[in-house]
Amino acid sequence: MKSFVFIQSEAGVINKNSLEALCGIQKLSSRPSITAITFDEQSVETLSGYNIDRVLHLKNPLLQSYNPLAYVEAIQKIIQTEQPNLFAFGHTYEARDWVPRLSARLDIPFISDCTKIRFENNTIFTRHIYQGKIACDLTSSSETTILSIQSGSYRSDEVDSGSSATVENQEVDIVEDKRISQEDKFQESKGTVDLANSDLIVSIGRGIEKEENIPIAEELAQAIGAEIGSSRPVVDYGWVPHDRQIGSSGHIVSPKLYLAVGISGAVQHQVGMKGSEAIIAINKDKNAPIFEIADIGIVGDIFEIIPKLTAAIKEHKQKS
Amino acid sequence: MKVCVLVKSVIDKDSRFEIKEGLVHFDSYSDRTTNESDNYALEEALLIKESSDQDVEVVVACLGSEDSSQSIKDCLSKGADRAIHILDEKFNSLDALSISKVLKNALEEEKFDIILSGLQSDDIGNGQIGILLSEHLNMSHASLAMETELNGAEKIRVKRELEAGWFQWTTLSLPASITIQSGINKPRYASLRGIMMMKKKPIKVLSSSDIGIELNQATSLLEQSIPKKEKETKFFDGEADSFMDDLINSMANDLKVI
Repeated sequence: MKSFVFIQSEAGVINKNSLEALCGIQKLSSRPSITAITFDEQSVETLSGYNIDRVLHLKNPLLQSYNPLAYVEAIQKIIQTEQPNLFAFGHTYEARDWVPRLSARLDIPFISDCTKIRFENNTIFTRHIYQGKIACDLTSSSETTILSIQSGSYRSDEVDSGSSATVENQEVDIVEDKRISQEDKFQESKGTVDLANSDLIVSIGRGIEKEENIPIAEELAQAIGAEIGSSRPVVDYGWVPHDRQIGSSGHIVSPKLYLAVGISGAVQHQVGMKGSEAIIAINKDKNAPIFEIADIGIVGDIFEIIPKLTAAIKEHKQKS
Repeated sequence: MKVCVLVKSVIDKDSRFEIKEGLVHFDSYSDRTTNESDNYALEEALLIKESSDQDVEVVVACLGSEDSSQSIKDCLSKGADRAIHILDEKFNSLDALSISKVLKNALEEEKFDIILSGLQSDDIGNGQIGILLSEHLNMSHASLAMETELNGAEKIRVKRELEAGWFQWTTLSLPASITIQSGINKPRYASLRGIMMMKKKPIKVLSSSDIGIELNQATSLLEQSIPKKEKETKFFDGEADSFMDDLINSMANDLKVI
């Protein structure tokens, strides 16, 4: 079996999620041949130190910065000539933007956001549906199958190193297509809170129901001495400022305690907090995916539980 | 100008379900709702219509069973002009690539200038349809839009969300397919007048024979299951007073966080 892993990289900084995808492919029980493919010359040396068969660096000035149409054309040609069985990506925002287009161009399936791949006579792709509540095992009969690996599903520090990879630089022809043009990346005004360095976080989700209920969670945070964080919907509703959002589009945090209040724990949220040392979740739905990663799960009405928990914590702190 | 909004009706997040013989079964009383990010896509289309000096028609396209009709009616009540409902049992449980081919055949002749869709569905969550369709219909595309600016009849400028608080503006030549991130705007509620007007708006229903498509799907489902837990979770359930002492004890002595 022949596999390719696309390495998203900028000026020698390799995307962690791409390495997680590489790790997933390396761990397949019937190990395929592995080509790491990149557009970034500065990542070639690092890549050649991994336990893979080949590093393929594609060269064209149009691949220097991200453009979905140029990327699709370059990889389309490689897949057509090399015909790998698996072509893997990290499930990054960038991959989400251009890989579906590659799938349609080549008429080959793209199984997105996989949490696991394994080999049992055939490659089996696991992805989660219904916001992480249900796992789905899929197979593909296509000669080539494209897949992306969810962030955090494998560990980038478990990528096997090696020294037998060959390095190949290849010029690729691309016809410039000006229908999509990108401006420079920018960050909106930086907030005043430093959630990434907070030890204790109380995070508010949609279960808080309305803005007027936010103080209930704030009092709990105060009792613990925690910062307030939130899931995406609460920010979208305008109840909590954007700089407190935790998840793939906000902060990635790993505090000593993450206390999730009314957060169901969709994948996009878990990506931002699953590295926390301790996770406590309060939710009315016992099937909420947040409980899969929680150390303590409290099932019930947050409006009954939180005031009592706040009072009990205050009392405990007075005693000790 | 013609703007299409792809809308999906999904099972409510809190619906009960069980797994029987490797397949998920939802409680038959489960509520359905319009996919969250699709609501934002519809609102963005309506805002484009209202702020443009051109004549803009907003068309809702929905692939789904009869249960989807409430979502379609909601979109029409909020201000969409007409709807296309792609309805056929053969189209249940298709993979992303097959869904995009059905939509291509169903929508191609409309020659839309802009297609908007939510960035991903809350049920299956492939997050691919709007972009797959852009390739099939030879349109430009952008994903995770947090703002749009229509510049005349030729271009649209889109603010894309990147990871970790970064953004990027992208300019697309029309026709363009854009996937919309939740939070881009504040979706409206339907007015009473809107609900009255909805009743007169056309809904075109297309079946597989109208669309004329042979699907040969490469992916297939082996089984569905409850995800394996990554951690041992200590659960507290029932009256808060009954477990509060235990809970404080666990927080203080097991987790050592208070």
